[in-house]
Amino acid sequence: MSAFRCPACGYTYDEREGNPREGFPPGTPWSEVADDWHCPDCGVRDKVDFEPVGDGDE
Amino acid sequence: MEAAAHEHHHGPEVDLNPAAWTDPKRYAWLLGLIVPLLPFIAWGLVALTGLGVFWFYGPFLVFVLFPLLDVLIGMDAENPPDSVIKWLEQDRYYRWCTYVFIPIQYAGLILACYMWADGGLSTVDSIGLALTMGMVSGIAINTAHELGHKRADLEKWLSKVALAQSGYGHFFIEHNRGHHVRVATPEDPASARLGESFWAFLPRTVSGSLSSAWGIERARLERGGHSVWSIHNDILQAWAMTVGLFAVLAIAFGPVVLPYLLLQAVLGFSLLEVVNYLEHYGLLRQKKEDGRYERCLPQHSWNSNNVASNVLLYHLQRHSDHHANPTRRYQALRHVDEAPQLPTGYAGMIVLAWFPPIWRRLMDRRLLDHYEGDVGRANIQPRARRRVLARHGGGAV
Repeated sequence: MSAFRCPACGYTYDEREGNPREGFPPGTPWSEVADDWHCPDCGVRDKVDFEPVGDGDE
Repeated sequence: MEAAAHEHHHGPEVDLNPAAWTDPKRYAWLLGLIVPLLPFIAWGLVALTGLGVFWFYGPFLVFVLFPLLDVLIGMDAENPPDSVIKWLEQDRYYRWCTYVFIPIQYAGLILACYMWADGGLSTVDSIGLALTMGMVSGIAINTAHELGHKRADLEKWLSKVALAQSGYGHFFIEHNRGHHVRVATPEDPASARLGESFWAFLPRTVSGSLSSAWGIERARLERGGHSVWSIHNDILQAWAMTVGLFAVLAIAFGPVVLPYLLLQAVLGFSLLEVVNYLEHYGLLRQKKEDGRYERCLPQHSWNSNNVASNVLLYHLQRHSDHHANPTRRYQALRHVDEAPQLPTGYAGMIVLAWFPPIWRRLMDRRLLDHYEGDVGRANIQPRARRRVLARHGGGAV
C-alpha cells in the first residue's frame, strides 16, 4: 500500500484509507483514481502532479 | 516558472518562535465585525437622528465609505516573515474573529425581520434595510469563503451556515473544486474575460457556477455509488438550510419578510459575483504542450494592498497568494510582487465595475500593459473578440 502527496498543500492520499467522501473506499488503489481528479483540499494540483510518499511501506 | 518565488513549504523545522515579530493588523481584523453589526448600527443611527435614510447605511459603508478609506489610508505591502507564518496560522485568535461573525450575522437578520414586520418602517426604509442586509449577506460569503477552504469539519460547517442567508450554498463546492481548478481559463464561469462587461458576466457566472457545482457534486456522489439526489449532497444540504431559515423567519414574523429576504439574498450573491468579476478580469493561463493549462501563478489574479478593503475582506485582495495556497489562513496571506495590481481597493473597483465604459478605460489598458501589449495572451470574450482585437491590435482574428 502506498501514499501520494499533493505538492501544493500536503494533502496525502493513503491507499489504506482511501477517501470515502470522494467516493474512494479504504483500499482503493491509486491506479483506480482518475487522472483528472484533483486535490480535494486545495484544488491547485491534479492527480498526475501528486508525489509518492517515500517512507510508506510498499 | 514552476519554482515561483511565492511558493513555500514548511517542514517541521520551521521556527515557531514569534517573539521577534508582532502583527500590525492583529486587532484590525476585529473591524471585519462591523459588517454583521450593520443592521444594529443602522438601527442606532436611525434612533439617534430620526432619519430613515440611515437604513441605507450598509451600501453607504461598502460603496462610499470604504472606497474613500482605501484612498485615504493607502497601501500596505508588508508581509509576515516566512519564519512566523506557521505560528501565525496556528494562533486561534484569528479564526475566532471569523467564527464570531456568524452569530452576529444571524442576530442581525432576526433584528431586520423584526423591523420589516413590526418596526413601523416605510416601504423605502424597508428596502434600505434590505440593501443593508444584502451587504451583510454578500460579505458573509467572503467569511464563508475563508472558512470553506479549511480542512476542519467545523469550519466547513460554519461556512455552510454563513452561506444560508444568501442562498448561495453551492458556492463552497463550486469555488473550491471548480473555480480554483479552472481559474483564469475560458472554462471557468467565475473568471471574467476582456471585453465582457459586469452585466454580461453576472448571468454567465450565476448560471455557470450553479451547473458546475451540480456536476462536481454529482461526479463525487456517483463515484461513491450514491445518486445526486441524496442526503449526502452538500448542495442540497446547504440549500435546505436556506429554505429552513427563511421558513422559520416567515412563520415567526409573518410572510411580509419574504420579499425582503429574497431581495437581500440576490443583492448578497450579486456582491460576491462583482468581486469575482474583478479578481481575474482578462487574465489567462496558457496551455502547455500536453494540453493541460499551466498551473495558476501570481500573475493570474488581480491584487490590491489597500488596507481598508483588505481588513474588511480578510486579505481577499492578496488573491495571488490565496490561489497558490488556498488552505492558508487569511492572516498569513502575502503580497506578491509579480501580481498585477488594481488601481484601487476591491470596494472602489466594485463600484467602477457597474459602469462598463469607465471599467474598460481603466482596466483594459492595465491588462494590456500586463501582457506587454500582446492582447492575444488575454482571456477574451468570444463574442467581443473581433472588436477587442480591432481596438487593441493583435494580428490575426
